Amino acid sequence: MNRLLFAVACAGASISPAAAQSETVAFVGGRLLPMTGAPLDAGVLIVRDGKIVALGARSDISVPPGARVVDVSGKQLMPGLVDTHSHVGGGWGADSSAPIQPSVRMLDAVNCRDSGLQRAQAGGITTLNIMSGSGHLMSGQTIYVKNRDANTIEELCYRFADGEPMGGMKMANGTNSQRNPPFPETRGKSAALVREAFVAALEYRRKVQAAGDDASKLPARELGHEALLELVDGKRIVHHHTHRHDDIVTVLRLSKEFGFRVVLHHVSEAYKVADEIVAANAPCSLIVIDTPGGKLEASEFDARSAAELERRGAPQLVGFHTDDWITDSRVFLRSAALAVRAGVTRETALAGLTINAARMLDLGERVGSLEVGKDADLIVLSGDPLSVYTRVEQTWVEGVKVFDLSDPGDRKWADGGWGAGMPRMLATCCLGDEEDPK
Amino acid sequence: MKLLSICIAVLSCSAPLVAQDVAVRAELVHTVSGAPIRDGVVIVRNGKIAAVGAAASTAIPSGVRVLEAKVVTPGLVDAHSVVGLAGYLNQPQDQDQLDPSAPIQPELRAIDAYNARERLIAWLREHGVTTVHTGHAPAALISGQTMVVKTRGETVDEAVITPFAMIAATLGDDSRASGDKSPGTAGKQSAMLREALIGAREYQRKLANAGDDASKRPDRDLRKEALLALLERRVPLMITAQRHQDIASALRLAKEFDLRLVIDGAAEAYQMIEPIKASGFPVILHPPLARFAGELENASRATPKQLLDAGVLFAFQSGYEEYVPKTRVVLFEAAVAAAHGLGPQAALRAVTLDAARVLGLETRLGSLEVGKDGDLALYDGDPFEYTSHCIGTVIDGVVVSETVR
Repeated sequence: MNRLLFAVACAGASISPAAAQSETVAFVGGRLLPMTGAPLDAGVLIVRDGKIVALGARSDISVPPGARVVDVSGKQLMPGLVDTHSHVGGGWGADSSAPIQPSVRMLDAVNCRDSGLQRAQAGGITTLNIMSGSGHLMSGQTIYVKNRDANTIEELCYRFADGEPMGGMKMANGTNSQRNPPFPETRGKSAALVREAFVAALEYRRKVQAAGDDASKLPARELGHEALLELVDGKRIVHHHTHRHDDIVTVLRLSKEFGFRVVLHHVSEAYKVADEIVAANAPCSLIVIDTPGGKLEASEFDARSAAELERRGAPQLVGFHTDDWITDSRVFLRSAALAVRAGVTRETALAGLTINAARMLDLGERVGSLEVGKDADLIVLSGDPLSVYTRVEQTWVEGVKVFDLSDPGDRKWADGGWGAGMPRMLATCCLGDEEDPK
Repeated sequence: MKLLSICIAVLSCSAPLVAQDVAVRAELVHTVSGAPIRDGVVIVRNGKIAAVGAAASTAIPSGVRVLEAKVVTPGLVDAHSVVGLAGYLNQPQDQDQLDPSAPIQPELRAIDAYNARERLIAWLREHGVTTVHTGHAPAALISGQTMVVKTRGETVDEAVITPFAMIAATLGDDSRASGDKSPGTAGKQSAMLREALIGAREYQRKLANAGDDASKRPDRDLRKEALLALLERRVPLMITAQRHQDIASALRLAKEFDLRLVIDGAAEAYQMIEPIKASGFPVILHPPLARFAGELENASRATPKQLLDAGVLFAFQSGYEEYVPKTRVVLFEAAVAAAHGLGPQAALRAVTLDAARVLGLETRLGSLEVGKDGDLALYDGDPFEYTSHCIGTVIDGVVVSETVR
């Protein structure tokens, strides 16, 4: 390749995403569902540098000169969806050697080219908590992902204030994590092993503190203990698989004993212990499945859990997740709709896909609602978000369109088709001439 | 007269399967066989549909129980499931959909394995599903027989309407044996099916040669007897085949042995539209909400519309799930297809009349026509909308569910 052409192509490929971010985009004419405020008909939303800079009624907001205008008349705009529990990316966390492996990171396991991430874009999901499985009491550190088009997992990560990739810790109780030794075979043993792990981490901290400035007295560094101490300190949130009423209460008990912050996940029988959950102020990331059963701990699943939490005055505790591959990222809106079918209000259901879910990941200040200053993560819907006939037409992340149903290449991720299961092609500098290769 | 009505009340209490007379008045009556009727009435007498028409012109006889709904449709027909054999607990004691001891076992009867009180059957019934084609799982080369049941009754005998509906075969990954067991390859799968059918043909020839001479008869062979039902075209072979090459193998096998074929799964059917259409065989399409992975990695939610446009007879299924959810609900599957280009009218047809046609029961089920079974599903809105509810189910004129689901 001609060296000059090579340089030009490189520059073009590398600046195009940045250029898109600095572009001012005006979404005009649609119904805005901000989540933190009342819906606005025929509203205007302005995006600059990847952030929402203005939104309001057509009469109150003027479109800046030079802005790229996206006509969304007749459409509905809502924040990009936040999936608090996903397994896309093909990554495995802990291995079969032990039931508690807090040092394992999904950061080191996820394939950022997995087509599952593209399907999540097609479903309107712009933020994901990608987790390891539930076959362990503690299967590893999760990662909070911004669903951009990216070449490396680092480019997808949300960051803690200290710059480290952001995530929680996956834990589980109940039947999935009960196996042959060294795994626990009973519920009592499961809880005991978790308590021993936390106690050991606290002992480790005591020794570190006792050593003070004397390096010779420091215990050997222990990654697992360090990760557990991040739970005790509240830096990481525990994302806890739990289904049965007694297992749910056990999680609350352990959370209280060691002071870790917890989001309850799946929570099939939340409706049975809704009083206890509300008293503990424990957020619930609910699974919504088509049918009870498939395993013992989900045999009394009921989609009315969201409504039961709301009825007790705690709608903010309601969230949803795909658990992809248990349910399909492309129909994540359906989970909220089926909860409405089971009695929860539309407002709470939609908040459970967005702002409530964002808060479950400590990301509520940045995403989950259409507010000035927040990331411009939004989706354009053909109609009512809770209707089966509604399609996600566009998905935008930080002011960049990452999915467009009218694009035949993108449509494949939404509908399926030949090659839809292949890992996706991503922007590779200098090798392609498309701005946004799929 | 008063005495008589008391008698009827007592009878219907003690024998809940005895058909009552029931009428449904709805804002929208989807007959499926004809145009929808606004503000319509369906009257069921003695278990059969006695009248369908506009409320203004269709008198409801006095004394008949009247149910009201926004929308009434024919009872839904799930064209392929394993409910009743595969239980919701998913524990060894409630999983009877697959015996792994041999790859070809067409003698396994569904009627011997059906738990009519299984919770998943009630779950489907509460969503308006009144008929299910269920049986052995698509997880062995030939896993066994299937049957058609109504989602009512406490025993298989009360539920079944077609005791031996099809023989279930599977090509591709789900019937490939591990290690050094057979079948280990696609070529071996077809070879084994051909050998089995040729063996049955030999058995057929010996039976024919023996004629009335019992001494010349071959020993009875349940396996071959079952396969004879295929060769004699008494039942179709339902072959689950997701990949295009496995669909081609299924068509080839049907041609060689002059079988009636039902193509099941068919994730890559859109690559095979012309040969499928030319064969004339129907398709029971994978659930649109099935996981698009493994052999379904190329599956498409646009396939139903493509089959419709090509004129291929197709129906939806709840399918076979090994984990959560243990069954899908065919109402939800048709809904997703409706929203992906198929449209609600065609989607409803695929879970009613066309499903009945695939099962050979179209004279009895699948539409609201006088003389057909009194199977109805009642909804409080568009049946396919996520936020609508099924509010009642009627089977053979009996109100079998009033759960709001």
